Amino acid sequence: MEIPYTVEVRPDTGLTNGKIGIWLFLASEVMLFGALFASYILIRTGAPTWPRGHTILNVPLATVNTIVLISSSVTMVMAWASLMRHRFGTYRIYMGATILLGGVFLVIKYFEYSHKFETGLFPSTSNFLAIYFTLTGLHMLHVMGGMAVNAYFWGPGAKLYKTNPEWFINRVEHSGLFWHFVDLVWIFLFPTLYLL
Amino acid sequence: MSEQGVVAAHKAHVAHEAHHEELGFWRKYVFSVDHKVIGIQYAVTGLLFLFFGFSLMMLMRWQLAYPGAALPLLGKLLGEARMPGGTMVPEFYNELGAMHGTIMVFLGVVPLAVGGFGNFVVPLQIGAPDMAFPRLNMLSYWSFFLGGVTMLVSFLVPGGAAQSGWTSYAPLSVIAGTGQTFWLIGMIFLITSSLLGAINFITTIIQLRAKGLTFMRFPFFVWAQFVTAFLLLLAFPPLEAAGVMQLMDRVAGTSFFLPTGLVVSGQVAHIAGGGNPLLWQHLFWFLAHPEVYVLILPAMGIVSEIIANNTRKPLWGYRSMVYSLVFLGFMSFIVWAHHMFMTGMGTAMATFFQTTTMIISIPSVVILTALIISLWGGSIRYNTPMLFAVAFLPMFGIGGLTGLPLGLNVADIPLHDTYYVIAHFHYVVAPGTIFALFAGVYFWFPKATGRMMNETLGKIHFVGSLVCMNVVFMPMFIVGLHGVSRRLFDGGASYDFAQPVLHLNVVSSWGAWIMALFQIPFIFNFFWSIWNGKKVDQNPWEATTLEWAAPSPPPHGNFVVVPQAYRGPYEYSVPGAPKDFTAQYEA
Repeated sequence: MEIPYTVEVRPDTGLTNGKIGIWLFLASEVMLFGALFASYILIRTGAPTWPRGHTILNVPLATVNTIVLISSSVTMVMAWASLMRHRFGTYRIYMGATILLGGVFLVIKYFEYSHKFETGLFPSTSNFLAIYFTLTGLHMLHVMGGMAVNAYFWGPGAKLYKTNPEWFINRVEHSGLFWHFVDLVWIFLFPTLYLL
Repeated sequence: MSEQGVVAAHKAHVAHEAHHEELGFWRKYVFSVDHKVIGIQYAVTGLLFLFFGFSLMMLMRWQLAYPGAALPLLGKLLGEARMPGGTMVPEFYNELGAMHGTIMVFLGVVPLAVGGFGNFVVPLQIGAPDMAFPRLNMLSYWSFFLGGVTMLVSFLVPGGAAQSGWTSYAPLSVIAGTGQTFWLIGMIFLITSSLLGAINFITTIIQLRAKGLTFMRFPFFVWAQFVTAFLLLLAFPPLEAAGVMQLMDRVAGTSFFLPTGLVVSGQVAHIAGGGNPLLWQHLFWFLAHPEVYVLILPAMGIVSEIIANNTRKPLWGYRSMVYSLVFLGFMSFIVWAHHMFMTGMGTAMATFFQTTTMIISIPSVVILTALIISLWGGSIRYNTPMLFAVAFLPMFGIGGLTGLPLGLNVADIPLHDTYYVIAHFHYVVAPGTIFALFAGVYFWFPKATGRMMNETLGKIHFVGSLVCMNVVFMPMFIVGLHGVSRRLFDGGASYDFAQPVLHLNVVSSWGAWIMALFQIPFIFNFFWSIWNGKKVDQNPWEATTLEWAAPSPPPHGNFVVVPQAYRGPYEYSVPGAPKDFTAQYEA
């Protein structure tokens, strides 16, 4: 039994099932991070003193990480665009680069975290660090999730390209939408935590 | 296509199927991706959890009716830690209270109403072969299942299950025992399950509608599930965020919900402080108020289907009902703080939330009124589903109207956290939603099994449940108006002011225990009818909506002939038509 509109669009909505699904998922993600940002505002406005982010956190490292993530979004688009032009080899290179850049982000984050722990700064130290570790930790989980999906489409999942290229291109597009969202969350996290 | 034609095609189809039996037992009945099997899995698991949650409450009712008395027989079985010498300890009472609420809401009613009926009925009613994402659907069920197991296991950890109420208010919940951590992890599984389900429902309803089935031709049940899915999608993530923060508070020692200078058992707690306990309440109720509508909207949907079918009339004011439903869904996101009038949030905030609360009562009343007017002038068939559906109207009405004083800031002050509140929301959920769910079980049982449930046993179940529900909950209004708090371990026995109403606790308790006896005919009927019920054809209720175009039980892929919708959902007793119902799928 075939589920309709997985590959071709439904004429009256102009969408595939997957496209609606991923946007709905992103809507719920907005509510998830929205609630955390709202909590941040509430706790910060209720606090008698609140440290400026740059006095505790490493702004240059985070700036590098911002550039890394934005570049990975660019390579993600290039990966999808290569598929649209039916250049599978180029797709592999760009998708590989996207995964690699995600890895670079995580490595830099690892150094940031371990430096904090070495200097005795833990989530329990203050509410600033609590929200910092919670928000960035949850964001890191999303980065890892996105990398896992991308790695699947780079490796074993790419077999679908041979049998049903259109379906595969849709999947890469949806994975890309998620990846851009993860990137976007960081664009909000960076100034909120490091600069303000 | 004529009905004989469909039956003949079905027979041919079954013969065809017999040659292609490729799925094994595990893939067909356990790890199935078929929406009907998943729907039945959800429904049966949900019913079991409802019964389990009910049993927890029956234990509590013993302590409330006869505080400090030893419970005969069962008391010994529950062990020395929980009931030494058969007498309940307060910690165990608190476990029962917290877990009764959690299980009834998150593991009983929602899985049955949304996971069970939504999964089984929605794809059939919109003429779809399955859900849009069948594997996601299976994942949703198993995530729910793991959440349920986590909650059950929490009873066995040292210190027992969560004890801080189903609301898990901080800071109490943060300093509570290990059971609370299990509660939080269980909730994260359940939230994931709801999220996957919600994405699936919305996509399915938008994309897999049959040809000709425009939104205004949807059965009201489909609309109810559509709006419910949006509530689940957007309201649950903030609770997930709150759950993560509480988990951080408990495991990593953060202070999101712990204020500066918190004193626990006479000792100043070693915490960074600076947190806000009210933040938890805001995030919790931001989910939990829409959750109330998640509990009630599918119930309204089920009742609407059954009322239209058994009055043999179209629903009165279908369009107004749909607009009210959508408005209700939207408004449910901006009323949450009416649960928090006692927190001292200030008159400006309180005024805003009491105003939105009064506004949201309007669409609820529109829907209820439309359903009552639908009865007018119909030649009503009083079968078991219809009896439950009709009983839903006054029961939900009592629950809804008694909620108005709670929604007003000033009137809430004396009533807050008393048994009045318990009576109010139980009227909405127990004889309200659960009656609608029973109605749904009796109504769609022939579609799921091809057999009817027994009418006599159904009527015994109905009359007993209706009487007992009122015996349980009506006295609680009086107890609550006397000011007895809902959280008391002894039901108020140690307070002078509560003495005149203590005997009502005994009445409520006996009502609950006798109600349990009246569930036996239902349980027996349910299993007996699967194999021995009266065999029926695909449309035993002579209904108009698309699910009745499929064979009973529907095969994998649902329809023998791809259905098409030619008209609105409730064309009953159309003047000049050859019979008193014209199905949506009839050209």
